[in-house]
Amino acid sequence: MNTPTIEQQILNAFLQVAPDVDPAKLKPEIPFRDQFDFDSMDTLNFAIGLHQQFGIDVPETQYRELASLAKTAAFVRSALQQDGKRSTGPAAT
Amino acid sequence: MSGEFRMPSLGPDMEAGTLVQWRVKPGDAVKRGDIVALVETEKGIIDVEIFSDGVVDQLLVPEGTHVAVGTLLAQLNGGATRTRQVIEVGKPSEAPQPLARSAPVPATHAATSTTPTTTIVPPTISSVPSPEAHRRKVSPAARARARELGVDLERVTGTGMGAAITIEDVVRAAQTVDKPGIAEPAHDMRQIIARAMSRSKREIPHYYLSLTCSFAKARAFLDRYNARVDIESRLLPSCVLLKAVAQAAKAMPEFNGFYKDDAFQAASDVHLGVAIAMRGGRLVAPALLNADQKSLAALMIDLRDLATRVRAGHMRSSELSMPTLTVTSFAEEDVDSVIPVIYPPQVAIVGVGAIRERPWVVEGQVRAELTVPISLAADHRVTDGRAGTRFLATIRNALQAPEQL
Amino acid sequence: MSALPQTARAITYREALRQGLRSVLLNDPDVFLIGEDIGKYGGCFAVTKGLLEEFGEARIRDAPLSESAFVGAGIGAALAGMRPVVEIMTVNFSLLALDQILNTAATLSHMSGGQCPVPLIIRMATGAGRQVAAQHSHSLEGWYSHIPGLRIVTPATIDDAAGMLRAALEFRDPVIIFEHMNLYNVQGELSVDAASINIERAAIRRAGQDISLITYGASLYKCLTAAEQLSAQGIEAEVIDLRVLRPLDEKTFIQSVRRTRRALIVDEGWRSVGLAAEVGMRIMEQAFYDLDAPVERVCGVEVPVPYAKHMEEAALPRVEQIVTLAASMVKHVG
Repeated sequence: MNTPTIEQQILNAFLQVAPDVDPAKLKPEIPFRDQFDFDSMDTLNFAIGLHQQFGIDVPETQYRELASLAKTAAFVRSALQQDGKRSTGPAAT
Repeated sequence: MSGEFRMPSLGPDMEAGTLVQWRVKPGDAVKRGDIVALVETEKGIIDVEIFSDGVVDQLLVPEGTHVAVGTLLAQLNGGATRTRQVIEVGKPSEAPQPLARSAPVPATHAATSTTPTTTIVPPTISSVPSPEAHRRKVSPAARARARELGVDLERVTGTGMGAAITIEDVVRAAQTVDKPGIAEPAHDMRQIIARAMSRSKREIPHYYLSLTCSFAKARAFLDRYNARVDIESRLLPSCVLLKAVAQAAKAMPEFNGFYKDDAFQAASDVHLGVAIAMRGGRLVAPALLNADQKSLAALMIDLRDLATRVRAGHMRSSELSMPTLTVTSFAEEDVDSVIPVIYPPQVAIVGVGAIRERPWVVEGQVRAELTVPISLAADHRVTDGRAGTRFLATIRNALQAPEQL
Repeated sequence: MSALPQTARAITYREALRQGLRSVLLNDPDVFLIGEDIGKYGGCFAVTKGLLEEFGEARIRDAPLSESAFVGAGIGAALAGMRPVVEIMTVNFSLLALDQILNTAATLSHMSGGQCPVPLIIRMATGAGRQVAAQHSHSLEGWYSHIPGLRIVTPATIDDAAGMLRAALEFRDPVIIFEHMNLYNVQGELSVDAASINIERAAIRRAGQDISLITYGASLYKCLTAAEQLSAQGIEAEVIDLRVLRPLDEKTFIQSVRRTRRALIVDEGWRSVGLAAEVGMRIMEQAFYDLDAPVERVCGVEVPVPYAKHMEEAALPRVEQIVTLAASMVKHVG
């Protein structure tokens, strides 16, 4: 089975928010805001999309972790890991 | 009672528009607020709503026709003017011509012809297509799937029994549909902005006021509120600001309405225009309808919906033509404040500057305070600076008691 | 289907029915058969041949030529605790006993608050296709299925012919078994133990995902043939044998239609106000939003069934009709 990578899932959430953006032109390291006029509404919708996609919560204070694709991927990975630790206990690591 | 559907004015500067697509057919029942046509203007393709209930009798303008504002597009409720020519929809033909078009008959012909040259075509039963003939056949399952996938059934070709649209057709259409995006407007949007702003600066004697307000209480309220609710229900700062402005507009109607024919007409409802920049440099200011009457939660839902639709190019005509007062926000931008230009025929515009910490004096002490500069540009023909001062103070006071918004 | 190896022997539908009758006669001393010519003559369709010799006149009772009388006698015996199995030659003659069936058998249990159940079984032949003309070619299963208080079953397979009678004995209410005239000579092997046959559920006789063909009785074989022809066109039809027309096992056909999203009902009965209409309506009530095409039906043409062979064939559902209609429902025109 083909499981989508975390990056692909993040990209899906991003395209829900900005369907008019060509994903091929998306530069992972550059902030969304500088590339596509991302505003607070986009950020909120993006955070909601990530919540729906991964089940992770993004507190308002951490919105800055969603600034770019690369930063978001790092954030999602760490959030998922935290979740894993919580649910399976320390032995799982 | 007969009804008429005419090319609406989707902004004070719109002179004509192209009827891109009909969303109704003769025989369809429509009610106020239904989207009946797509019209292309300089602002893009707009979903045009109808303002009365009825049954579509005739479509008088074929798709693809460029017509002036006010042109009769469709007749409702069988109220068709008996002498009107019936234009077959879908067949490219000329825009409706006035009946007086028949040129004076040349004398040579007049001598030999005794019949009038203007032929009046009486409507016959067969000239009004039956509803069955025009109803799109869509299987119940296909309709449900289309809703799930967000597929516009009008653009799907049916291949089922009797050319009905089946699930497979919908799925295929969903796969081949272009990425949603706004259609390229026929004219540069710069032109429409240029015309509106030139008219504003030419005709409207602006006066400007500015008041920096503390946003600390509002921010604290938002933090508390957002920590409590699901992520989907979180509020943005702009939501609080918009509600504060809407309440002020309700309290002081002299800032909420239109200046037309050398007189101010106050609007009974507050439809707050929100300037939204679209990626690619376009700017539109659709309206949050009845913004003063909505809770913050409801307003936030509307705001998200509006922003999403603007970016997908699905604004409704009522939202475009109706703002009674506009807010332009630079809350997230790197500027201190904005001195905005009124969008005619409105009589005021509220500008929101950057929300950031600024030096703030309280009881002789300077401290860092989260603040927001609120500016007002208003039409001096309608109000004076004194009223403007009160208007800004009303907004400021509302921001100091955000839980009452 | 898995045939039981030790009993794997082709028998006719008629023989299967006879086995069913023999087995209940052997197992239950309260069971007796009554009907016209079922004794010495062996039954109009030779189903009861040999039973008189084996079980004697007390249990295989030839009745006088009065449907009303011998159905009434059956009702009386059932009320008194016997387990009568009444044979009416054909559904056409059952109309003479309709008062007994509708006004007495179907109502007594209800009118007595359950104190007087009528555990009566009536077998009758039904259907057209044997050139016996209008008065002897009726398909009135739909009529009987209209009546509350009755259970209506239509064995179409060898297994059902052998097992439905035994299953019917488990009910306290009247059960009518409709045997299609064209099925008596159908051959097949018993594949399951008769004791496992129920008269509550419909059966999926062929699995498919593109369209549900819903039918019963002899039309089952037309549908199975049609399904094979459709398969050659790339259309896989699911064939549902209703088996029990009252009470209808909706669950089975609704679930099938939800999967296939298309339903074609095949019913030899007349189209208007018939069983196909009922099945179609249940689909509208419960699976409308799952449908990807209008529900369709192939039914008997609404004329008294003609005598002439080619006309009789034209008046009954035909395989090519089913294939054409089903294909048009599934196949995309563009």
